[in-house]
Amino acid sequence: MLTTIYAILFYVATLIFVGGLAYKIRTYFVTPAPLKIATTPAPTTTGGVVFRMAREVALFESLFKSNKWIWLFGYVFHAALALVIIRHLRYFIEPVWTWVVLAQPFGIYAGLAMVGALAGLWFRRFAVDRVRYISGLSDHLMLAMLIAIGVSGLAMKFVSKTDIVAVKAFTMGLVTFDWQPLPTHPALLIHLGLVALLMIIFPFSKLLHAPGVFFSPTRNQVDNPREKRHLAPWAAKLETKAGE
Amino acid sequence: MGEYETPEMDDYAKTPELAPCSMAHSQPFIAAPNHQEDLGFPGELVDNWQEKAIEKFGELLTKYRSLRVYMDGCVKCGACTDKCHYFLGTGDPKNMPVARQDLMRKVYRRYFTFAGKYFPWLVGAEDLTKEVLDEWYTYFHQCSQCRRCSVYCPYGIDTAEISMAAREIMDHIGQGQKYCNEIIGKVHVLGNNLGLPAKALRATLDDLEEDIFDDIEVEVKLPLDVKGADVLLVTPSADFFAEPHIDGLIGYAKVFHQSNTSWTLSSYASEAANFAMFIGSYDQMKQIAERIRKAAQDLGVKRIVVGECGHAWRVAYNFWNTLAGPFDFLDQSVPSPMHITEFTYKLIEEGKLKLDKSQNDHMTLTFHDSCNVARASRIGDDPGGQFFYPRAVIKAVCNNYIDMAPDTIHEHTYCCGGGGGLLTDDLMELRVKGAKPRMEALNQVTENNGVTHMAAICAICKSQFSKVMPKYGFEMDGVVSVHQLVSNAIVIEPDEVEEDEEEADNNGPSDEQIEEREEA
Ligand code: SF4
Ligand code: SF4
Repeated sequence: MLTTIYAILFYVATLIFVGGLAYKIRTYFVTPAPLKIATTPAPTTTGGVVFRMAREVALFESLFKSNKWIWLFGYVFHAALALVIIRHLRYFIEPVWTWVVLAQPFGIYAGLAMVGALAGLWFRRFAVDRVRYISGLSDHLMLAMLIAIGVSGLAMKFVSKTDIVAVKAFTMGLVTFDWQPLPTHPALLIHLGLVALLMIIFPFSKLLHAPGVFFSPTRNQVDNPREKRHLAPWAAKLETKAGE
Repeated sequence: MGEYETPEMDDYAKTPELAPCSMAHSQPFIAAPNHQEDLGFPGELVDNWQEKAIEKFGELLTKYRSLRVYMDGCVKCGACTDKCHYFLGTGDPKNMPVARQDLMRKVYRRYFTFAGKYFPWLVGAEDLTKEVLDEWYTYFHQCSQCRRCSVYCPYGIDTAEISMAAREIMDHIGQGQKYCNEIIGKVHVLGNNLGLPAKALRATLDDLEEDIFDDIEVEVKLPLDVKGADVLLVTPSADFFAEPHIDGLIGYAKVFHQSNTSWTLSSYASEAANFAMFIGSYDQMKQIAERIRKAAQDLGVKRIVVGECGHAWRVAYNFWNTLAGPFDFLDQSVPSPMHITEFTYKLIEEGKLKLDKSQNDHMTLTFHDSCNVARASRIGDDPGGQFFYPRAVIKAVCNNYIDMAPDTIHEHTYCCGGGGGLLTDDLMELRVKGAKPRMEALNQVTENNGVTHMAAICAICKSQFSKVMPKYGFEMDGVVSVHQLVSNAIVIEPDEVEEDEEEADNNGPSDEQIEEREEA
């Protein structure tokens, strides 16, 4: 019964996650940016823009310029999350790739760092009056949820172990559509339930910053307005007789 | 409006305590019906304004990727919260960029997102009520669209884009701002923000020519509507009458004169400024930009140079080609539009200008990077040229130059406090308070390095500083035009003049020029 509920939950979550995200990305993609509004100094070539975007995504360059504390917590959280996700790949592939095996121990430290960084970010939401002012209920809940996911995951490592062989059988069963029983470990059920919830709300929440950053015109435009005429389709319709 | 006090200067960029609602009373005058209608907007708030506003909002979401992505993407990280000069100067939390965006975002969520439609309490979604509209009018007119927040946001969220969209929506339901809309109307009719007709403009230029002659005993011309001139100079109309702008205009004229450049102003496009950007209207902005194209074509010039103006340079550099291009009828071997500081600096490099730096020895200069030049455009061929060229010109004509603190210049520069369509007396309190971070940075170099004057390349910055600097205890003429410094330093000998007149013939096109044009 539980297995069926969780299996269906994950299929639904995946559908919403992928479908919702695809819909949102499509919306961003088809909405034109009618004017050149890159924040300058900006790169003058496409290669330069790719490099700027890479710095933004891999190093959080702008955030670093802005505020070292937010950068530290934000960066540690995202980097740790990446490592944790890599660690979790072992539940979805068989045989497990060597580099994923090698990454396993880092994944554990990353799990701890992730929860620590999230706690730091949440602390700021209370301690810094400016950030407290802009924080809404959903902002707090989002952090609470991420921390709960992290803590429930760590609990299975450090407090009460679950049968990870069975967990892997369950996850592989999801992927291959051959359902296997899910261990009824409370931390595991909380962990998986919240992850599914996270996937479901992703396309409806501020987590859209992840795809959004790539579409931000102030960051992804090439600074070449004089060399290359930039014209959005709706703006082209306003053009009067050429050369008038 | 009432009484307010000029803030005490502190170490620059000290983050203030939150002072909720401290600027809730600051609103600009609403546009009169005729000013609205001149631009095709409803004269006053329409009956079904809420429905209309949401309709317009929805339309903008499909037209502007920036708006769409920025409404969704903010994670409330707080990185931008201490970056806005209006927040730093007033402490009003709604002047924190993210809080300003949220005024619009809460409405976006309510009407355009699943979460906001079904769980408004969870995501802070709100109906667009009269109170919310009122807040929009208040706080979207406390944003100078300077884009400082956008530099620091991890997603590049640009509050300027959002305040432009908000103003566009408000215009379309009949709640426009008097200052901007009245001015845009004047440009459509008379070609400039001042409403200065061609005759009056010629008379002003004649007076100026006389002044220059009295000063240096050389005839330096300020040509108007000269067909076949090589260069069309498009400059903010403030350059024709305001101080210290006018001294900058004299500087351009001297540069053209000494370099034997054949140039002209246009009475049809006697304005570089394009206030339509401030109200977010693509359509209005396009109409104004097209005047420049038409003037350039009618006069048959080869290139366009733009005078000292911040937002105008943004529009010229970034938007003209889009709005009124292609400019393929101009000489393609040099970029057009070109910024006047690049034009002048190239001449200096080529040794075409005779300069005596010591003429500026009575001053120690610093330079104020104007937002729209620093963060929204470029000068010259390389990124960052917008920081290089103005300084290079200043250093070529002055011996004493010192920069303000590194985190207050270049892309980090603070707005003067009067940009984005806020340079109006009805917003004086906001303007004075918004200038605080810049005044503090200036004060630091004044005290430590003996800086006496601050140069700028923006008509709005110059007007704003002349007005607010005295409030902070600086001299009113402490702000100068960059080309005013050039004007001081440039040495024009009376004997050059005969040759010049033969060669350059600034009064009209030579037969050769006309022939050339006809062949082309
Ligand atoms: S654009 Fe400038 S004035 Fe507007 S919110 Fe951002 S920092 Fe403040
Ligand atoms: S810096 Fe950007 S993401 Fe962070 S609160 Fe400000 S607008 Fe939102």
